[in-house]
Amino acid sequence: MLRREFVGGLLVAVAGRALADEPTGASPKKPKLRDEALKERSEGLRPNVFVHVSSDGKVTLVNHRSEMGQGVRSTIPALLADELGANLDRVEIEQADGDKKYGDQNTDGSNSIRGEYDDLRAAAATAREMLIAAAAKRWHVSAGSLTAHDHAVWNGSRSLGFGELANAAGKLPVPKPGSVKLRPRAEMKHVFRDLPLVDARPIATGAAQFGADVRLDGMLIAVIARPPVVGGKVVRVDDGKALAVPGVKQVIRMPEPKPPWKFQPWGGVAVLATNTWAAMRGCQALHVEWDHGPNAAYDSQEYAAQLSRAVHQPGHAARNAGDVETALAHAAKTVEAEYHVPHLAHVSMEPPAAIARFEDGKCEIWAATQNPQDARKQAAETLGIDESQVASHVTFLGGAFGRKSKADFVAEAAYLAREARAPVRVQWTREDDLRHDYYNTVNTQLLTAALDASGKVTAWRQRTAFPPIGTTFSDVKGPGAGDLQQGVTDLPLAIPNVRAETCDAAAHVRIGWLRSVYNIFHGFSAGSFMDEIAHARGKDPRENLLELFGPARIVSLQELGVEKLRNYGATLDKHPIDTGRLRGVIERVTEMARWSDRGGRALGLAAHRSFLTYVAVVVSVKKDRLGKIAVDEAWLAADAGTVVNTERARSQMEGAVIFGMSHAFFGGATMKAGVTEQSNFDTYRLVRIPQAPRAVHVEILESDGPPGGIGEPGVPPVAPAIANAIFALTGQRIRTLPLMLAGVV
Amino acid sequence: MISLNVNGKAHQLDADPEMPLLWALRDLLGLTGTKYGCGQALCGACTVHLDGEAVRSCVTPLSRAAHGKVTTIEGLQNRVLQDAWCDLAVPQCGFCQAGQLMTAAALLGETPQPSDDEIDLSMAGNLCRCGTYSRIRAAIKRAAGAR
Repeated sequence: MLRREFVGGLLVAVAGRALADEPTGASPKKPKLRDEALKERSEGLRPNVFVHVSSDGKVTLVNHRSEMGQGVRSTIPALLADELGANLDRVEIEQADGDKKYGDQNTDGSNSIRGEYDDLRAAAATAREMLIAAAAKRWHVSAGSLTAHDHAVWNGSRSLGFGELANAAGKLPVPKPGSVKLRPRAEMKHVFRDLPLVDARPIATGAAQFGADVRLDGMLIAVIARPPVVGGKVVRVDDGKALAVPGVKQVIRMPEPKPPWKFQPWGGVAVLATNTWAAMRGCQALHVEWDHGPNAAYDSQEYAAQLSRAVHQPGHAARNAGDVETALAHAAKTVEAEYHVPHLAHVSMEPPAAIARFEDGKCEIWAATQNPQDARKQAAETLGIDESQVASHVTFLGGAFGRKSKADFVAEAAYLAREARAPVRVQWTREDDLRHDYYNTVNTQLLTAALDASGKVTAWRQRTAFPPIGTTFSDVKGPGAGDLQQGVTDLPLAIPNVRAETCDAAAHVRIGWLRSVYNIFHGFSAGSFMDEIAHARGKDPRENLLELFGPARIVSLQELGVEKLRNYGATLDKHPIDTGRLRGVIERVTEMARWSDRGGRALGLAAHRSFLTYVAVVVSVKKDRLGKIAVDEAWLAADAGTVVNTERARSQMEGAVIFGMSHAFFGGATMKAGVTEQSNFDTYRLVRIPQAPRAVHVEILESDGPPGGIGEPGVPPVAPAIANAIFALTGQRIRTLPLMLAGVV
Repeated sequence: MISLNVNGKAHQLDADPEMPLLWALRDLLGLTGTKYGCGQALCGACTVHLDGEAVRSCVTPLSRAAHGKVTTIEGLQNRVLQDAWCDLAVPQCGFCQAGQLMTAAALLGETPQPSDDEIDLSMAGNLCRCGTYSRIRAAIKRAAGAR
């Protein structure tokens, strides 16, 4: 019932207000500009940019973040509605355009709820208090005796609907932000449990509008031949054959980017045509002579050997507690292992796509972007106009995982729309997507542990080498404190001597963030190494893991051996490193998997804190008929504090298991002569349905603590859990991803 | 001119007979529910029905499609299956789901009560980067049970 009501109110707003009136046919009307749409809202109550209550009782709630599969459109509006006391069937969701008035819109860092929870609730509570104040005035009673629920304000059994109060409330002063009271948890009607998926029906009927689905009159489609090597340049172009392809209208040289690359268009030559196929064929027919530039020597295999040499030398101290070198020198036994994780690609199912129109010095953009404000900025910079002259609308993202927070593809569309004097859709091919990604960085680590004569772990030394994301923006030489908070400096260890070091590493490709980022390889190495220590000690991996993380406690900076910790932007008071919560998810997931009663099953376990959320994973592996490793069952327990939408939290964790499996089994973008060797799903493989576990069990632990992240924290423990399970089954320890290189999958 | 029957409607298209059906649907007819994901029949996002059979429209030339009846996600009339997709909240980003549904509908048309292995075999060509596979299996089974 709930589902039907909620969906009924939402279909119109699928891809942004400006497109709400557009039919899905071949020749849409000109989209309505934002200001015109807003004029219709001058009546009623609009205390802030997130809430509007109309005098007819319709409540419009703004979702200011991008929908990329995490279910934010099913979550933020429901949170606002509950705080307000609105009925979901009278709520319309408005997808926000890119505008600083909404605060930060970058849908990134698993931050939409953990970062905005209190502010969003306060926005809705402000509207509720104003509706209550209007009712109090009407009834000549004190506001304190009134309540708001079921789309009305109540005084005992008497009620006034929100619509009846909206205009009067709209004339009252807006309470100061800090003064409004949030509802007690028990009064929230829908959230903190499973919420309906508001966009399921438009997706299941093909009506949902993704990046490439926006159509404008006279629009040309652009496919771009980009320099195959980062920093490469066009020397000469012969576009004769391209222009001879029927449907091809123009060939346009792209501007050359200058380092640092940031989010600039990549350069190259664009072919513009009346349809996508013609543009693709035209692009293939171009003859371009390239100057590949200094990165043409980049060979990722050679580079891995360089990183390996680096971690065998002392690095820059990033964390130090006790005296690791003395403890290692006096160890009864040492355990040492080197791990390598290659560059990883995002490969969202929809390759990047953006549409731009440039008229009278103004630019309008429609894009599958995680960051519509930055899309405006990049377009404005590329065009040399003020940001106020650029509008950006957000479509469904078609997967993103961090790729679509980089607006290079939007800037390409803006540039071409001006140069071509026509609206343009820039369509990335899958080959473009794999060859010109902002890859997750490449990493090698050396971990060394000391055991004393009784088998107790007395020292842990971790050396990590990778070119950081900062190389895309400046000339940094190696990882910094902000990078190492992801699984190195924040790793709680009940070991007296702990030291972490970093090694410099230069970048030869564009590096960016991919779902879970550095946690992917730090989680893999630490999660694998703890299992190696367990076997070296002859201990059960679960008991060993609990012992290494240590007793339930709040871990101090002093214990970590760091002066400060970025902690994903949260204070340690609000979000401490709490080993009790880490133990909690390990204990729960091992109960779910019947760890102590595993019989002949080969189980692997790993746990990791990231984005302020604690996750533990167990997987069971078997050999299939061909003797290859198959993951047949997986269990995941997560403690993410308060969870607004438990259903989407579970679905994100289910997806994280598959995402992590793809990295573990097949993940890896490799470069020869500076060119990425993978170009489509045959060479960059992903887990397919036959490889997916037959059962994935997810449990979100109940908590009333402050919310942590949901989208990313499920990924890091998956790969080490698989590697640990393979060791349990075969005795083979695999320290280099992907597993397919070892021939086991 | 090429005659093309899509979702029961006849169209005359002035297009190259070699143009893949995918681009004719999306760019010429404005039926954008069918998605581009790879262009090489590797991901299944572009799956449509040609005479009831699941085909990858990104590698199906118009010349071949012109002889048959094309059904796209916009014309899919399998309420039971689509309801199962919604009831189990299968989609995450949603981009691959039109292709998943078209393949699943063709599977159920041929095998009304598929086993896990039959589901895996039929759906193996449809990638989902978000990892909705366990719900896809469950939704197909729910739709099969509801017949």
